[in-house]
Amino acid sequence: MLLTNLEVVPGRRVVEHLGLVQGSTVRAKHAGKDILAGIKNVFGGELRAYTDLLQESREEAIERMVAQAQALNANAVLNVRFSTSSVAQGAAELFAYGTAVRLEDAP
Amino acid sequence: MNGILVILVLLALGYAFGSGAERRHYKSILEREEALRRVMVFSARVPPDLHRWRESRLVSGSVCVSADYFKAFVAGLRGLVGGRVTSYEGLLDRARREAVLRMKEEAQRLGPCKIFNVKIETASISKGGENALGTVEVLAYGTAVAD
Repeated sequence: MLLTNLEVVPGRRVVEHLGLVQGSTVRAKHAGKDILAGIKNVFGGELRAYTDLLQESREEAIERMVAQAQALNANAVLNVRFSTSSVAQGAAELFAYGTAVRLEDAP
Repeated sequence: MNGILVILVLLALGYAFGSGAERRHYKSILEREEALRRVMVFSARVPPDLHRWRESRLVSGSVCVSADYFKAFVAGLRGLVGGRVTSYEGLLDRARREAVLRMKEEAQRLGPCKIFNVKIETASISKGGENALGTVEVLAYGTAVAD
């Protein structure tokens, strides 16, 4: 499965558009890590635990999107976008969406 | 009295560690930006000379940073009078540049390439908390194309 956020793929052409596919996941923070993050709020700096958590969640959202695309027999998802929103205190939604297409090698 | 003391200690800790961390971070950002100068990044939606490229792949980099107590306090004061909140400007600038650098690092593993259609997204992930702008996540993503 080819993922890209371009609208075209170099060297390939789109033979069929299969519509929008999306994947999302809502994750809550681990309470212990949240306390550590609270301490970090005093000192500042990167919250590595959160970075990893959000990255992991985003990968899961992508996996769900890819599963939808596979169900449509697509071999690529074009114009992929991400969005993050915090739905409640301590929980964030990671959302990925794009257009599923079937590609063929350009002649 | 104790409360004031605690706040003063937190401010001092925040200032000491926060400004040190900021300096170190800027130093590391400048070094890595120099090292990754060859990975070019564009916000153009479609690469020119499109059919030159054979490979394309989604790459991304993200970072989650938090303001220190001192910065949050200064920003709170600034909120009373309005104007530029410089303490947060630096924070967001560092976060964006860090995210772009991580994206470049991921792209570099593919070999020589250029990154197109780069989008940078900022999300506040401590919404509803006491310090609403405390923690932000920055995500940079784009498509790396290579020969």
